Amino acid sequence: MSGREGFDARVDLGDIQGLVRFGFKHQTEAAFLLLQVKDVRAARAWLSSADVTSAITCKQTPRTVLQIALTSAGLRALDVPVDIIDGFSEEFIEGMAGDDNRARRLGDVGANDRKKWDWGNAERTPHVALFLYALPGELEEFRRAIEQQIEPGFALLSPPFVTSAVDENEPFGFRDGISQPTLDWGRKRAAHDETRLHYDNLSCLGEYLLGYPNEYGRYTPRPLLSLSRDPENRLPRAEECPDYADLGRNGSYLVFRQLHQDIALFWKTVDRYAGGKPADRDMLAAAMVGRTRTGEPLVPLLTPPDSVAPSAAAEDLNTFNFDSDPRGTRCPLGAHIRRANPRNADFPAGTNSIVSKLIRTLGFDSQARQDDLVASTRFHRLLRRGREYGPAVSIEQALAPGATSTPTGLHFICLNASILRQFEFVQGAWLMSTKFNGMRDESDPLLGNRVRDFAGNPTDRFLMAQPDDPTCVLAGLPQFITVRGGAYFFLPGIRALRYLATC
Amino acid sequence: MTPQSQLTVVAPVEATRARGLRELLATLNTTPGNANPDNAVLPFGNVPTIHFARFSILTDATLGDLQAYDLPTPRHPVYLAFVVDCDGPAHRTLADLATRAGSGLRAIFSHCVGFGTETDLLAWMRDHDRPVAASYVNRVGRTVEQVREESALQRALSDRVNRAALGSPAEAQQRRRDLVNFAQGEIEAGRLRLTPPGPTPIGWWLAKLFNAVFGVLVGLLALPLLVLLSPLLIPALRRREKHDPEICPRPDRDALMQLQGLEDYDVTNQYTALGTLKPGRFRLWLAKVVLALIQFASRHVFTRGYLARVQTIHFARWVLLDGETRVLFTSNYDGGHQAYMDDFINKVAWGLNVIFSNGLGWPKTDWLLFRGARREDRFKFFQRRHQLETQVWYKAYPGLTLANLARNSLIRRGLQKARMTDEKALAWLQLL
Repeated sequence: MSGREGFDARVDLGDIQGLVRFGFKHQTEAAFLLLQVKDVRAARAWLSSADVTSAITCKQTPRTVLQIALTSAGLRALDVPVDIIDGFSEEFIEGMAGDDNRARRLGDVGANDRKKWDWGNAERTPHVALFLYALPGELEEFRRAIEQQIEPGFALLSPPFVTSAVDENEPFGFRDGISQPTLDWGRKRAAHDETRLHYDNLSCLGEYLLGYPNEYGRYTPRPLLSLSRDPENRLPRAEECPDYADLGRNGSYLVFRQLHQDIALFWKTVDRYAGGKPADRDMLAAAMVGRTRTGEPLVPLLTPPDSVAPSAAAEDLNTFNFDSDPRGTRCPLGAHIRRANPRNADFPAGTNSIVSKLIRTLGFDSQARQDDLVASTRFHRLLRRGREYGPAVSIEQALAPGATSTPTGLHFICLNASILRQFEFVQGAWLMSTKFNGMRDESDPLLGNRVRDFAGNPTDRFLMAQPDDPTCVLAGLPQFITVRGGAYFFLPGIRALRYLATC
Repeated sequence: MTPQSQLTVVAPVEATRARGLRELLATLNTTPGNANPDNAVLPFGNVPTIHFARFSILTDATLGDLQAYDLPTPRHPVYLAFVVDCDGPAHRTLADLATRAGSGLRAIFSHCVGFGTETDLLAWMRDHDRPVAASYVNRVGRTVEQVREESALQRALSDRVNRAALGSPAEAQQRRRDLVNFAQGEIEAGRLRLTPPGPTPIGWWLAKLFNAVFGVLVGLLALPLLVLLSPLLIPALRRREKHDPEICPRPDRDALMQLQGLEDYDVTNQYTALGTLKPGRFRLWLAKVVLALIQFASRHVFTRGYLARVQTIHFARWVLLDGETRVLFTSNYDGGHQAYMDDFINKVAWGLNVIFSNGLGWPKTDWLLFRGARREDRFKFFQRRHQLETQVWYKAYPGLTLANLARNSLIRRGLQKARMTDEKALAWLQLL
């Protein structure tokens, strides 16, 4: 088998679902099926033998790919013993729509209220999600075959989510999916705790896969079973305590949110702020996103790509940080990509001398304090695997008189080992926060729900600092993106999937 | 400058009346855990000196942890804690509270042991006000009045400022002057107020000076002694660090949900935690020395908006209870709980370890400073497990974070500057 260079020998790619390693870009067609268990035996039987694609590379890209994830409600519906379920994280057990506190933190209030969701709430919580990917023209047949296979055990919660053919742009027309962490498959990063003085893109496997050391050099808590519960050695052993079978190993938490995007509203709003001038419109929209539509960041790249932007590889557009723009005069502090990934290090910038570090550790450097308002990025990374859905709408169509919202949006999917420290933190403390990086009255220009805060202050602003002029303010931003559903899943290792289906 | 002070009234609750107390406290709130400033029982909003206040019923489900040392589970009463951070001397706010909300406070404290209809409320509260072992104030001298006035000023100026591009660098001066004149007009019309800071109490100032001198002298005397004793003390510490049990099980799910149910309404949250000190004199004295150092540092060094790298704590305190066997910690912080804990781990884990590693069950430390809180999963379980519900919590300025307060103060200071260079005037305009 090829493709093992750069991989640590302890990483069993054959046990990891392929989605952790691949975005399946060749498989341009995709459909996501949300299921509820109707017959436990039949459901278990199918799960224990379903043909799941692993993370091993083959010479030929697979024609079709099936990935399987389960919610905690699904584990309960499948009669998985409660003490096993209790070994998963609190967020997974409670679920995305589990309680009011989570809704407040995630911004699922107002129009995003989970009571208004199409799925993911109360009775409409999925048990299992199937992620189907196929080469062009092959999805339909594959989907029908799968639907036939699962029919005895499962009921479809809703019609399948058929995604748009893969292109590089998200529905508003911006190139998407550029910023992704580089997974440390080779386990080169030291598996112990140390302060990192520079932001880089490499990220410990344990931030995405359970059973491996994370950025703190620790193993994220997960269900570990006594060996008596796995007499046939069906599960991997826990790396840090081999006396336990590791149900989490090679698995990941998968966050799925359906985000409706009102394209007409977005472009009409930006156009209005720009006074109808196309150049200003592009500039404003880029400021909100933090990149131009072709994906170039608004701060200079550290290593400029050889090719011109439209054909530049995603990795080339990802080599930057915001150190050169502390005030946000190039890329606004509140720009979407700056909130979602602030690209800072564990420590505010400064020299490496012990005295200088001590001064910064004690907070005595006022400039360093200014730059120290945002949490260290490396503990809050997400591996994104979303796909768009609905008809594509060009800017011209969106701006046409009478253009209204189309059923278009993003099936946001991300993988992480700690939903609380990664997805929920990024969503709550960075994207939805009205106080990110010392701000006031702002929320994410794209994702903000614009619900007034506890004190009644507006949250519908977007500030753009200027180098030599007063700060520009866009006030009264409407809500462009609405949550239509969502759930927390566990994307198990393949051995763990079989175990869950039979335990 | 008006310094801030603390009140920590702690009294045992009548065993049979805890439930009634909970029900009464709930009537003070608009949303779970968040006080209505105008509630009928204790209208916090009527007491202009209060920054933060809370009622918390101190039940401790972790007392049995002492069994790890083969010690019996101690029996402590359930306490009610009334915790206030206020401007000026605490006794004045206490008297103010007794005057403005006497009947409400009586109704609440009547659930406590020994509080009867004849009890003198003010004297009783004074008797039960515990000394703080250490306390932290984000910015010493910033009053509630100042926070509110500066926030109103910021809103007025931000709405008013001409945001168009400048014609020339000198135009920044003109724009600032326009705003100065505008603010002047608003102040004269009574729509804005900028009350000048009050005089610094001479007694407070002298006490601080004396404390600084005394503290430095004690330090200079103690240092050689510590150096001499270090061949004994360091092995004693290392031995304990090696053998002290780590007690960090996952917190109970229902308790966790209860705690979360009280969080994330406003941009600021509260934290109340209770824990037992590790048994033995070594840990007790270490804790007392460290608390004294924290107190000294927060009185003389960390008075200007930051506690080492952490800039999100408004007020915090440590109070020793039950014959110095237990420690109550309370704080008010900006952002969510997760962000608060990540700040702790990533920015000041060393500081947490120094003090809290003397607490029973803390994640294992090395050399008092290292590991400990950096053992992220254990630390997060530990702190949630020791956290207690805050039944009632009041903040005088909802919607404002410390970053906002600091910026608003800069705006005010810039407004009151007699003159500025072009660059300074521009930088000031950019704050709006």
